[in-house]
Amino acid sequence: MISPANYVALAAILFVIGGVGVLVRRNALVVFMCVELMLNAVNLAFVAFARLHGDLGGQVIAFFVMVVAAAEVVVGLAILTSIFRARRSASVDDANLLKY
Amino acid sequence: MTGSLAGGLAGTVTHAAAVTTLPAVGVQKLAWLLLAFPTAGSVILLLGGKRTNAWGHLVGCAMSLAAFCYGAIAFAVMLGYPAGQRGREVQVYTWIPAIGRFHANIGLLLDPLSICFVLLITGVGSLIHIYSIGYMSHDPERRRFFGFLNLFITAMLLLVLADNYVALYAGWEGVGLASYLLIGFWQFKPAAAVAAKKAFVVNRVGDAGLSLGIMLMFATFGSVSFAGVFGAAHHASTTTITAIGLLLLLGACGKSAQLPLQSWLLDAMEGPTPVSALIHAATMVTAGVYLIVRSAPIFNLSADARLLVAIVGAATALFGAIIGCAKDDIKKALAGSTMSQIGYMMLAAGLGPAGYALAIAHLLSHGFFKAGLFLGAGSVKHAMNDEVDMRRFGGLATAMKITFVTFTFGYLAIIGVPPFSGFFTKDPIIEAAFDTGGTSGAILGTAALIGAGITGFYMTRVLLMTFTGKRRWEDDMHPHEVSSVMTSPMVILAVGSLGAGGFLLIANRLIDFLRPVAGTPPLSHGFFAPLSWLTLALVLVGAGLAWVMYGRREVPVTAPRGSFVTVAARKDLYGDALDESLLMRPGQWLTRLAVYFDNRGIDGIVNTIAATMGGSSGRVRRVQTGFVRSYALSMLVGALLLVGALLLVQL
Repeated sequence: MISPANYVALAAILFVIGGVGVLVRRNALVVFMCVELMLNAVNLAFVAFARLHGDLGGQVIAFFVMVVAAAEVVVGLAILTSIFRARRSASVDDANLLKY
Repeated sequence: MTGSLAGGLAGTVTHAAAVTTLPAVGVQKLAWLLLAFPTAGSVILLLGGKRTNAWGHLVGCAMSLAAFCYGAIAFAVMLGYPAGQRGREVQVYTWIPAIGRFHANIGLLLDPLSICFVLLITGVGSLIHIYSIGYMSHDPERRRFFGFLNLFITAMLLLVLADNYVALYAGWEGVGLASYLLIGFWQFKPAAAVAAKKAFVVNRVGDAGLSLGIMLMFATFGSVSFAGVFGAAHHASTTTITAIGLLLLLGACGKSAQLPLQSWLLDAMEGPTPVSALIHAATMVTAGVYLIVRSAPIFNLSADARLLVAIVGAATALFGAIIGCAKDDIKKALAGSTMSQIGYMMLAAGLGPAGYALAIAHLLSHGFFKAGLFLGAGSVKHAMNDEVDMRRFGGLATAMKITFVTFTFGYLAIIGVPPFSGFFTKDPIIEAAFDTGGTSGAILGTAALIGAGITGFYMTRVLLMTFTGKRRWEDDMHPHEVSSVMTSPMVILAVGSLGAGGFLLIANRLIDFLRPVAGTPPLSHGFFAPLSWLTLALVLVGAGLAWVMYGRREVPVTAPRGSFVTVAARKDLYGDALDESLLMRPGQWLTRLAVYFDNRGIDGIVNTIAATMGGSSGRVRRVQTGFVRSYALSMLVGALLLVGALLLVQL
């Protein structure tokens, strides 16, 4: 059996990749995908710990996260599409109208 | 019981005989009618509007005359009672029913003192009402004028008829209101509006004194009724009694235009002339003298308060007389004479039981001759197209014979030539002042004596400048005698100026009548004592001087510059300047200081806090850049801090 530490390490690596992606990339689509990556990293950690403790709670939470992520993607992509239509750009730095 | 005789400013005086008042019976029970008549008149005229324009003035006169008729009947009934039983009480209204020991009734008191005032107010008041029919005949607001006149009469009657100090105070304030409305009757003239406001404000100062006095009475005696206060007065400490007396004196100074609250009276000449006559003869300025004499049991217990009353009176007698010498406006010259004559009354009232009755006697005879003089001045003004400058009169005796004769009667009465009123009522005051003895008596008496001489001077000046000498008026003026509705009141008042003084004081008629209220004065020296001759000689010297200056010489139409005394007297002896520099300017500075402190201090603190908040939030706002990635970074940092904090707590 693979040690749980490996799962947690993989989840941490994926989470950091996702986080760095969110911070450094400008393309909104890529930012989205990085957010998904972070969510899935957390899901991996949940499932791994659920297995370790023999408790189904973690797996249930992972399902919840997937449902919320799906809903979020639906809304997010819709916004993204409409912004792209209006401005011919998917850069998150260009969409900075809502400020002081 | 009769009060024992111990006159004088120095000694304590046994308080005047404590006369118990009996409930009124018969026709005197209807004393409220005295108030009801003029009240009805003013209500009809002021609420009736234009519908009453045609006959309103007749209603006003009728109501005033009706009150006079009732007053005369009540007086006749009173004369039928023995001297000790003349004070009669009429309970009109229970204001607060008994709560424990406290209860408040509104009642009217008919006694020798109040009936004197009732007859003066309604009698002279009615004559002035009748005169006003002619004087105000061209004024579109004549009805409103009569409404205010009736209001004035009501307030003054309430003042003198009240059986307690609170109802007296209500009348006192009513008089202030009515005087404000009447002095400012021609409010389209800025000077009249300002004069009305000034009269009201200066009177407020006196009113504050009276109200504090009443509060002090209530705190000390637990009562404000005359009976309650006077009955318990000798139990209170001398300090308290003196304090009450001084507060009452402050009130009296305001209403009676005595120093230091004299400044409103000369400006009040901006009102229509019948108002001046009413204020000076029948109502208003007499209220202060009434208050002092009515409060005799209090003043009897405090020699200090009495002395101050006498000093104020003597000082004002001289002050008013000096002002009267320099004024070229006929009404202002007469106003100065009123101040001076009221000063004599206050002086007499300040002498205690020796002078109370003399003060009232002079007040009554003054009511006749001063009303006559003012109505005479009014008809001159009426005939001369509202000109009041005596330097533009001259030679009016031939054009206005009746006015000239009645004015001369008033003149002879005020300077005190026998057998006219003033001689009988003013000389005893001068005598009584000397009789008090000591330094104070000598000083007060000398002041009164000199005042009499100055009176001779300035009244002769008024008479000569107005009625004799060369005509100094413009050619297009055609002075003519006024209508009979105006001359007949003047004739009646002239008869009063001739006979009232002698009638009141020969054989001590008024003194005996007032004895239950005012106590027993010492025996008089008789009317032709050496002092009377000295007074008369001084008056004649004054009159002769005036004749040399204004009768023999020609009066220049423009006023010469005059000596510094004349200049000072023209400016009311700097009374206004003093008020302005001592009270008005510091008041303005105080408000300016308060405004500055409010703007810079209070508002400054609040504004600084608000500006700091606004500025810092403007800077903090910059954090909201609109860049999604910077938000993400801040979320990351926040999350890391949170995790770090949790780890820190666990470790």
